[in-house]
Amino acid sequence: MSAITLEQHKPQAHLPALKFALWVAIASMIMMFAALTSAYIVKKAGGNWADFRLPDIFALNTLIVLLSSGTMHLAYLSFKRNHFRTFRISLGVTLGLGLAFIIGQYQGWQSLANIGVHLDGNPSGSFLYVISGVHGLHIAGGLIALLITFVLSLIKSYKPIDELMLETNPDKNTKIQMLATYWHFVDILWVYLFLFFYFNHL
Amino acid sequence: MNQQVDQDHAVQVDHHHDDHHDDHHEHHEQNFIEKYVFSQDHKTIAKQFLITGIFWGVVGGLMSVLFRMQLGFPGESFPILETVLGKWAPGGVISPDFYLALVTMHGTILVFFVLTAGLSGTFANLLIPLQVGARDMASPFLNMLSYWFFFLAGLIMLASLFVETGPANGGWTAYPPLNALPQATIGSGLGMTLWLTSMAVFIISTLLGGLNYVATILNMRTKGLTMTRLPLTIWAIFLTAIIGILSFPVLLSAALLLIFDRSLGTSFYLSEIYIAGEALVNQTGGSAILFQHLFWFLGHPEVYIIILPAMGLVSEVMSVHARKPIFGYMAMVGSILAIAVLSFVVWAHHMFVTGMNPFIGSIFVVVTLIIAVPSAIKVFNWITTLWRGNLRLNAPMLFSIGFVSLFISGGLTGIFLGNSTIDIQLHDTYFVVAHFHIVMGISAFFGMFAGVYHWFPKMFGRFMNNTLGNIHFFTTIIGAYLIFWPMHYIGMAGVPRRYYSYEAFEAFNKFGDISLFVTTVAGIVFIVQMIFIINFFYSIFYGKKVTEKNPWQANTLEWTTPINPGHGNWPGEIPEVHRWPYDYSKPGAAEDFIPQTVPLKAGEKDLGH
Ligand code: HEM
Ligand SMILES: [Cu+2]
Repeated sequence: MSAITLEQHKPQAHLPALKFALWVAIASMIMMFAALTSAYIVKKAGGNWADFRLPDIFALNTLIVLLSSGTMHLAYLSFKRNHFRTFRISLGVTLGLGLAFIIGQYQGWQSLANIGVHLDGNPSGSFLYVISGVHGLHIAGGLIALLITFVLSLIKSYKPIDELMLETNPDKNTKIQMLATYWHFVDILWVYLFLFFYFNHL
Repeated sequence: MNQQVDQDHAVQVDHHHDDHHDDHHEHHEQNFIEKYVFSQDHKTIAKQFLITGIFWGVVGGLMSVLFRMQLGFPGESFPILETVLGKWAPGGVISPDFYLALVTMHGTILVFFVLTAGLSGTFANLLIPLQVGARDMASPFLNMLSYWFFFLAGLIMLASLFVETGPANGGWTAYPPLNALPQATIGSGLGMTLWLTSMAVFIISTLLGGLNYVATILNMRTKGLTMTRLPLTIWAIFLTAIIGILSFPVLLSAALLLIFDRSLGTSFYLSEIYIAGEALVNQTGGSAILFQHLFWFLGHPEVYIIILPAMGLVSEVMSVHARKPIFGYMAMVGSILAIAVLSFVVWAHHMFVTGMNPFIGSIFVVVTLIIAVPSAIKVFNWITTLWRGNLRLNAPMLFSIGFVSLFISGGLTGIFLGNSTIDIQLHDTYFVVAHFHIVMGISAFFGMFAGVYHWFPKMFGRFMNNTLGNIHFFTTIIGAYLIFWPMHYIGMAGVPRRYYSYEAFEAFNKFGDISLFVTTVAGIVFIVQMIFIINFFYSIFYGKKVTEKNPWQANTLEWTTPINPGHGNWPGEIPEVHRWPYDYSKPGAAEDFIPQTVPLKAGEKDLGH
């Protein structure tokens, strides 16, 4: 066992455990959305439920979000293979797609308002706003993490030696992996929500 | 100031991130703030949770004394109340609105701040790293955040006591429409907004804590510590954390929709409502029952979030002080698992009278009654652990035994309530109040007291005074039964809970004497708790010093650390585990305990599995 001597100045997080904790956190987020969508079902079954057509833009946003999952995966793979250029580019594209998704969702809300579905109207519409809004917050959280990683990756590009560090540092690898996991989760979550809304508006 | 009485300085760090050997310590000058305030040491965080919990316990307990005064002496004037409470007690009589606020705050504070955060927060933080053999939690930083979110939630709740319109007063369950419309009751204004904000922050704190507990237990156990060699404390805390992680987000959803109804004009929970004779036209189409489903989907698991850690503490304390292995270790683990699973499918037993379909109701009756099976298994195992044990009847042990007594008494009334036909009569009466105070409130307190008396030496390097502990125990258990036993009778007579006064009711005002009696005892029991508090704080500074590492002759890992462990817990290597934690009075052994770190002898069988 090779051991090196060093002093650490802060109690350190235990990374494999943190990676696991992310999955636990995902379970808890799943419960939150399970609660919201089952409330939706219960309320719908209770009657007094206004029907309307789901704006098409939500379908487009679903495609965008799926695409961003693809680019995120590419970023992860290229990081692992030390292709830092591809890494940076695909990270940037993911960031852009994420932003596009948020803007698209906002457009979706506007189309809802245009057909007379408002937050303070019938619960059928309110649910749509609240659930997509809460999901949007989760996306926004991911975007912040993406932005930080992206900026860091740009700064690092001026110091080739750092790239070497990145490569050999298992901790960094774990962080990218966690970011990717979270991003895939919020993306798949939207796909689920979209299908849920889609089938409830047939 | 460098107060680091810590261990070795240069530390070996294993770079493979082997779960068992990542011996990183910190070695830097810690100032006061880092050591005692924004500390990332799990032991300090545990103490912070405990002391904050004690603070809230006093506040919440005092509130119950105040509203019991109204119930015991309805309408009687106590001028001091006006001095202290001002406009909430005009003429020295607590006003109806404030009475309801006191009941609401009492419930909220005790359920969430004391018995969830105070209990789990303290013992999960203290015991997880120490008993699984880890330097600290998976993420010490998130762990610290968890405490500070709890602290912030407390500050917000505290602030709500001082706003013009008073704190929330629609019950700890926060049902709409009462708690959705500011016109409905005075506490449903700013007070309720603060209540919801505080709860949202509290939920974040619980989730951060829970993530860490689960991740630490599953990933950071020391070498040899398999899941079936874990002390029952850790098993209980582990499942508590999982239940919390899966149920608190549901409460967050419920609260979120309520916030929207209150502030943004939605109507998730609001249907055709008339207020002061006028129809509420803008907000219709929702369902108030929906909230109850969401609330109780958390609410029922929540009661197990409260009781499971207490069960774990009691199992451990009892085995140590009975000098016997816990009876039926695997059955104990299995019943914790069964309780955890079942707790998610019984929520509607709180809703039998909401007009639910009786056939659905009967399904919930069956699953509810099935919970009695694992509960009974646990009770059986505690009693058999005591049976022919070599009992040390000290304060931690007495509180553990008291716990079992209370859990039986309160569990039995649960079986009555679980039958929907009986519940139609008993719902929302004092019978329910008696049930849950005995089975959850007082029991969980007893588990917590057992834990505090038992682990105090580990926390502060001193003992609490045992004589005072015994006095505390006997007065509290007698008092608790005297308070809650009579409530079963008045509940069966139909007296509803949460009423301000029963004087106007021909059928109920004859219970005035009982009410007075209960109030008197409640006051005494509250004062008796001061014995505990004085004992606690006095002993921190002046208690008898612990002179040996393992004062209780216990087997678990926390007693292998130095008397006052530094950050990192073990000065050298983390010890390796070779056996289950309950080898007490093992036939053929030299002593009546064999710590987990002692290797198995040739041919010796590990009894853990
Ligand atoms: C044998 C097991 C149990 C059964 C069958 C049972 C059943 C019930 C039922 C049916 C109710 C609803 C009564 C009503 O509102 O009309 C109830 C209330 C309650 N139970 Fe239990 N219970 C059991 C054990 C427990 C345990 C172990 C705890 C806590 C640790 C607990 C805590 C509560 C609380 C807090 C309430 C009242 C909530 C409120 O309305 O404010 N119960 N129980
Ligand atoms: Cu329940």
